[in-house]
Amino acid sequence: MLRLVSASKPASASILTKVTPSSSSFTGRRTFASTSARQGDITLTVDGKEVTVPQGSALIQACEAAGATIPRFCYHDRLAIAGNCRMCLVEVERSPKPVASCAMPAMPGSKVWTNTPLVHEAREGVMEFLLSNHPLDCPICDQGGECDLQDQSMRYGADRTRFHEIAGKRAVEDKDLGPLVKTSMNRCIQCTRCVRFANEVAGVEELGTTGRGNDLQIGMYVEKTMNSELSGNVIDLCPVGALTSKPYAFHARPWELKHTDSVDVMDAVGSNIRVDSRGLSVMRVQPRPNDDVNEEWINDKTRFAYDGLRFQRLTTPLIKQGDRFVSASWEDALTAVAEGFRASGAQDDEIQAVAGHLADTESMVALKDLINHLGSDNLTLDSVGGHAAPVHAVDVRSNYLFNATIPGVEQADCILLVGSNPRHEAAVLNSRIRKSWLHTTLEVGLIGERADTAYGYEYLGADAKAVADFVAGKTDFAKKFMNAKKPLIIVGSAITEHPDGPAVYNALAKYVEKNKSQLVTPEWNGFAVLQRVASRAAAYDVGFVPSRKASQTKPKFIYLLNADEVDPKSIPRDAFVVYQGHHGDLGAQLADVCLPGAAYTEKGMTWVNTEGRAQMGRAAVPPPGASREDWKIIRALSELLGAPLPYDDVLSLRDRMWEISPTLVRYDTLEHTSVDVALAGLKTLAAATASAKVSGAPFVKPISNFYQTDPISRASVTMAHCTRAFVKGENYGFSELSSKSEAAYA
Amino acid sequence: MLAARLSKPVPRLPPSVRRISSSSSRRSDALFVHRDTTYNNPKIPFEFNADNLKRAQEIISHYPPQYKKAAVIPLLDLGQRQNKGWTSISVMNYIAKLLEMPPMRVYEVATFYTMFNREPIGENFVQVCTTTPCMLRGAYDVLDTVCNHFGGIKPGDTTKDGKFTVIEVECQGACSNAPMMVVNDDFYEDLTPETTKKVLEAFAKGQKPKPGPQSGRRTSENSAGLTALTSKPYGPGEFCQPEFQ
Repeated sequence: MLRLVSASKPASASILTKVTPSSSSFTGRRTFASTSARQGDITLTVDGKEVTVPQGSALIQACEAAGATIPRFCYHDRLAIAGNCRMCLVEVERSPKPVASCAMPAMPGSKVWTNTPLVHEAREGVMEFLLSNHPLDCPICDQGGECDLQDQSMRYGADRTRFHEIAGKRAVEDKDLGPLVKTSMNRCIQCTRCVRFANEVAGVEELGTTGRGNDLQIGMYVEKTMNSELSGNVIDLCPVGALTSKPYAFHARPWELKHTDSVDVMDAVGSNIRVDSRGLSVMRVQPRPNDDVNEEWINDKTRFAYDGLRFQRLTTPLIKQGDRFVSASWEDALTAVAEGFRASGAQDDEIQAVAGHLADTESMVALKDLINHLGSDNLTLDSVGGHAAPVHAVDVRSNYLFNATIPGVEQADCILLVGSNPRHEAAVLNSRIRKSWLHTTLEVGLIGERADTAYGYEYLGADAKAVADFVAGKTDFAKKFMNAKKPLIIVGSAITEHPDGPAVYNALAKYVEKNKSQLVTPEWNGFAVLQRVASRAAAYDVGFVPSRKASQTKPKFIYLLNADEVDPKSIPRDAFVVYQGHHGDLGAQLADVCLPGAAYTEKGMTWVNTEGRAQMGRAAVPPPGASREDWKIIRALSELLGAPLPYDDVLSLRDRMWEISPTLVRYDTLEHTSVDVALAGLKTLAAATASAKVSGAPFVKPISNFYQTDPISRASVTMAHCTRAFVKGENYGFSELSSKSEAAYA
Repeated sequence: MLAARLSKPVPRLPPSVRRISSSSSRRSDALFVHRDTTYNNPKIPFEFNADNLKRAQEIISHYPPQYKKAAVIPLLDLGQRQNKGWTSISVMNYIAKLLEMPPMRVYEVATFYTMFNREPIGENFVQVCTTTPCMLRGAYDVLDTVCNHFGGIKPGDTTKDGKFTVIEVECQGACSNAPMMVVNDDFYEDLTPETTKKVLEAFAKGQKPKPGPQSGRRTSENSAGLTALTSKPYGPGEFCQPEFQ
């Protein structure tokens, strides 16, 4: 079923000996490189219109290019071609039968008709066959209103039935794919989009088709759940209602929803999303295609953690009285903060601000300005070691950004992962590595904790020593890396937090400098830092880092902005703590005053992803209760703290951002660091970390539970179900039931 | 005249039995999902014995190393033979491991091909062909004979003593010798209910009757004797010019 395109170079024997992650990836199955060489354009005629497409395009693409809409179920741009639904039939000159346009290459000079009686009759026939086994349950089907089959049957469906089977329609038992994907397999039309997605993109090679003919069904054969962080995408791919969203089941109809284009904040990829809301609540989150970022996929946390926006919310300002919080008005709360600030006697660097994972750029700029106005430089990031300035400093952007860019990953022919498991830190990016690994001769090496990455890799070690070995060129992989045309080093964000971080950065910076002819060229920058937190790149961009003196000062006044990962021990007992954020998570527990902010779906703010791409999120729903947009809270507080900020609306705040860095407000574009600056940055980095010592502690994965990494996903019931089903390996309720009832079989 | 016509009794249509399509839909004999049972679960170990492993390696060596998985069908067959004629989940898992392919890819193959039995079968596997040429030559009589011989079991069933499993199969390609059935790996052709019984009785005794036509004719020669090519075929040199003789 999977297509293997042209063969150019056999996988070497070394691939077979590579380290395989235990469960799902099989190195032996990787076959030939199949990047199709870019060839010339060809011209053909579709419905009398001349159209020019690249050679090797499918006929369906040529028809699309000519503006003809071709109905389809199995064909999908980003998946291999199956050609099994037969809905895309078109008429081609001198072809005795209608031709499936998805499986037919466009030929130069051919004449194609997409709108003739023959084509219509053929499609009507196909539709009748598809509907003959499809249940008539549209009124109770969640796909209703956005169903390809429903839409296309409006045009190609018959208005009366010829179906007289007493035995009834085909019945297929439902599969249990876990807590995210609901199945109703009677509705399945066997387009196998989900199977192709799981095998090609997600790397879950457990989904397939069993049986044959009328009995063909989609499933796992054995009882298993679909354990993938990208599994939710099969819901979008399913052209019928066979795979629908379990958390969203029967909650809303598509025509009731308001669509808001926004940006995801669950990781630092900045996936483009569409937030579907009804009234005051977010009903679901769906991906928005953007080839430069997330293609068409989003991970399950992005898609399903939205129910966390409904629970554990801070809706009114809270002031701690004794051992409990009492709700208060904004005036009282802000006064309480101002009084607490004065009572704490914090001076200069004793005033600390902590920016958390979900802090938006605007509020970080406002908070930094406020803290600086108050005379402090104590700007801390909410991560391990965040109280000190980061190893890579923040003076040169290329030191902390994913310079190769996300689409650039596909060009790399050799990737070294250092202390990172992209599958959990940037799942969508990981699918690109997998894509490249499947279709090209990409080699991957990993230094750090072993992980199931969905592609084979060479394991090089777990600690800074392995990095030193690599840099010294001792391993085979290091030699391959040296010979690669576009090598790429992906440094995980956990390295910055690791005690050996400086040593690793030092070694890598020197290595990149030494091999700059391959690694840093005007076309390619192969040194990439993979951030895992939505706010981090922006925090570095605005310079949200402490001075050396400030980082050693014991704070007396602490302002936690969305900071929920702080170590409670790091907060002095006598300090006055303010928490600003949207969830009553860890940060709120530590606070003396809580100021309720807005979550990412409730404010139109700027987010900078790991590549340094500024993107605008948009408010889909209003913030609940008395909560306010974050920068406004800081602006209001600045009045009471006696250091009023000079901006009154978000536009003047963005002007201020422009002053800090124009990249923050140049939306949706990337600004590459020039070769000279990038090399200068690496030189400074190497010089600053020259005296670093190696402790030899192994790198550990920063994310042990993919499904719960931030206050929103921790508050989400769906994510808790996922944790139970996938992370802890507990049996999710329904599997148990079905295995019991079927035990009597055979 | 018109009245005369009308008074004639109108011939009644025969009662229509199949006005609308009512053939019962035939499902394949086994479920296309796996259920753990006491006799078929992944915990039951399976491994090729030394002979079969050697053979498996020989089969694998026919394919380029990166296309090792192409050996899945012959290996499944080998596994099925070693595993008493059926392919258990352990067999599939073992072959997936051997060929370094995801187990699901093996399950897909094993469920697609009907000759992989995914449920245990009896010692002797009787497959009666009922496709058109055999059917015309009395395949249903043969099938009934087989079923009745085993005490009225149905196609797909195994006898109580576990010695025979009977199934109905599609064309085996021995149409010139119809009707036929396959017992284990051998074809028994030109069957009549009597010869069928004989074959089965022999198997019940643990003997193996001679495969091929049971009517006494050789292979698929004309049963009425040859009608062409009856003369003795001439040998080399005959009818040649003297110099070539």
